[in-house]
Amino acid sequence: MSIRTITFDAIVVGGGGAGMRASLQMAQSGFKTALISKVFPTRSHTVSAQGGITCAIASADPNDDWRWHMYDTVKGSDYIGDQDAIEYMCNVGPEAVFELDHMGLPFSRTEEGRIYQRPFGGQSKNFGEGGQAARTCAAADRTGHALLHTLYQQNLKNGTQFYNEWYASELVKDDEGNVCGVIAIDIESGETVFFKAKATVFATGGAGRIYASTTNALINTGDGVGMALRAGVPVQDIEMWQFHPTGIAGAGTLVTEGCRGEGGYLINKDGERFMERYAPNAKDLASRDVVARSMMMEILDGRGAGPNGDHVFLKLDHLGEEVLHSRLPGICELAITFAQTDPVKEPIPVVPTCHYMMGGIPTNVHGQAIKLSGGHEGEEQFVNGLFAVGEVACVSVHGANRLGGNSLLDLVVFGRAAGLYIEDQLRQGMTQYEPTDANIDEAMARLRRWDESTSGESIPALRKELQSVMQNHFGVFRKGDLMAEGVAKLADLRERIGKAHLDDKSKPFNTARIEALELENLLEVAEATAIAAEGRTESRGAHSRYDFPDRDDENWLCHSIFDPKAKKLGKRDVNFKPKTVDTFQPKARTY
Amino acid sequence: MKVSIYRYNPETDREPSMKEYEVDTNGKDLMVLDILALVKEQDSSMSYRRSCREGVCGSDGMNINGKNGLACITPLSQVAPGVLEGKKPLILRPLPGLPVIRDLVVDMGMFYNQYEKVQPFLQNTSPAPAIERLQTPEDRAKLDGLYECILCACCSTSCPSFWWNPDKFLGPAALLQSYRFLADSRDTATEERLSKLDDPFSLFRCHGIMNCVSVCPKGLNPTRAIGHIRSMLLERGI
Repeated sequence: MSIRTITFDAIVVGGGGAGMRASLQMAQSGFKTALISKVFPTRSHTVSAQGGITCAIASADPNDDWRWHMYDTVKGSDYIGDQDAIEYMCNVGPEAVFELDHMGLPFSRTEEGRIYQRPFGGQSKNFGEGGQAARTCAAADRTGHALLHTLYQQNLKNGTQFYNEWYASELVKDDEGNVCGVIAIDIESGETVFFKAKATVFATGGAGRIYASTTNALINTGDGVGMALRAGVPVQDIEMWQFHPTGIAGAGTLVTEGCRGEGGYLINKDGERFMERYAPNAKDLASRDVVARSMMMEILDGRGAGPNGDHVFLKLDHLGEEVLHSRLPGICELAITFAQTDPVKEPIPVVPTCHYMMGGIPTNVHGQAIKLSGGHEGEEQFVNGLFAVGEVACVSVHGANRLGGNSLLDLVVFGRAAGLYIEDQLRQGMTQYEPTDANIDEAMARLRRWDESTSGESIPALRKELQSVMQNHFGVFRKGDLMAEGVAKLADLRERIGKAHLDDKSKPFNTARIEALELENLLEVAEATAIAAEGRTESRGAHSRYDFPDRDDENWLCHSIFDPKAKKLGKRDVNFKPKTVDTFQPKARTY
Repeated sequence: MKVSIYRYNPETDREPSMKEYEVDTNGKDLMVLDILALVKEQDSSMSYRRSCREGVCGSDGMNINGKNGLACITPLSQVAPGVLEGKKPLILRPLPGLPVIRDLVVDMGMFYNQYEKVQPFLQNTSPAPAIERLQTPEDRAKLDGLYECILCACCSTSCPSFWWNPDKFLGPAALLQSYRFLADSRDTATEERLSKLDDPFSLFRCHGIMNCVSVCPKGLNPTRAIGHIRSMLLERGI
């Protein structure tokens, strides 16, 4: 087996917010770090985040308290977010956000010169007792773009070694299952290389492209989840998919929750502000799972708009041209481009659209990946050498439902935390696990399979079929028999994708090969989602079942954990032991 | 409708050629990126870059019927009269002036080098406060129209001065970034930044042709930013 090997102390796979925050931390420490990204880093999906980064920096309200943010996040998670991790995120958050300002992030400002904060869904003051809070720090409605470019710039300044347009295809493990690095393809030349490192950090983002209708970029194919599952690493709470209330109907492009934060609201075909019926207090700023379900109820009850009655409207025109153009300029652009609608004059047609993967690789607050000794049960153990941060990780701060603005905070806080931890471990001396030639050969198997394919179904057709199975069988509302059918269809797709054909086998910038490899990752994520969704026999957060309409704390106040080898679903305890505050006890969740 | 696409694979082609495709749009006003996806279903060997598909990541800058733009936010109806109706072909070429890696994929190395030369990161020598560095809304407003750049390279690759001296003239995208930091009240490296621009090529090769302004998919105005830097350099010289 002759393959070029490049050795680093640490490698980060993924150049979005989490990956670049981790790489920045490690580059500053002086350890030899590489960042591998399948796109030039500023093209990563973080760039599409709009509304902001939620954090108690006490600008809009000088009395704001990170513990209130923590309460909101625990409640938003429908009580299966880990309270130690949420505590850490909300507490460390202000420091991480001020660092972003010092790095140059162009936040919008208040008259006092501080960072502008806007209200977002699920936010409260005084542990739900003090009314709506305004806690989301914003750079107009382009916060993700501003954040991602700022992090790239800081990585340039600090000399991070980038491997841009390199595609990581597989984890390399030794015989004991310890992670030694990854196999990656230089997309431009087609060369395949083994990146060897003591720490492999996955920051590969989400997998919204398993659904036909999604706000996610075309690159969000769950590459990290796919690699982890094939390597036998479990995923946690993977049935929990967030449907964002306001994707532009038809196009799927995101319209930020900040629109409702600034005073916009949803109306049905009769012009009624229907959220007043579903969430009398928070109304349009109830948390996303609640708003998305309410919208679907309106549509299913025949109050949807359009010739097919398949969407509702987001009304913004009453805010006035000046507010819209200063606070929401990007939304005005997107609505005109993708809905041929000027929000200054008329409401935007919107529909709940797949947006975010709450589940992922289970980790602790340092990003260390966790597995169970018996696959889906048994003792907790670390997957040595493997870390995960950002959307691919399930640390878990989002539980069954993420609050708006908590994703960007998750990225910077846990990217930073993993960087700090790895730096410390490297200083103390970290083990480099050594693979055998056979281990590397095994990691190359699927690349060979595609290169040797001679006939079979085409990749785009199979991808479309997979996306429509997920859309039709695992959407906003779920049902046991429908999901069982979906699971069977995915089993059939697995067989067919295993025999599919790559007709272009050339080396330079072969995007067909990348799409083939991505399809296999989509399949892994879809199957895990399907089995976990069928297995969780309750409704909680984003997971809503007709056949089990209630939350079942007796049996399911826990994480689900999916073992890819046995394809079995197990349970894992939620952490209810924050270090500095009292436990937030589960209670009925109303907005 | 007819689509004509620039094809070149260094492994098999001695020289580039235009290849014709027939695509069925059902008369819909699709985005150019949607057309590329339909072509790729017919011919998987045709390569192009894409990511966000909503005009914020800057991956799919290309030359569309003679004008640089982003495929994902350019509807057929805006390409040229007759394209949507199928009377005229859609013609797609890589961004001009940069080496072609394959098909519509160009080597952006020179473009990124110029970006890096302007030290595109905030510099401030005073110790950071415990909270954010304060900035008035008026000072923050000076960054509007500058920070939104998505590095798609549509501007620099439409600039004759950049075609001529891509190694020495920084080009509109990098200069826009340079001014983004010069204009930031939190940045203290003004003198150092200006002194690096004060030579015959880096900035002064801009002849105000304004192709950059007419193609920018984000509606930004690099020529104006270059004008501001010129004024700062002049004032500094006095």
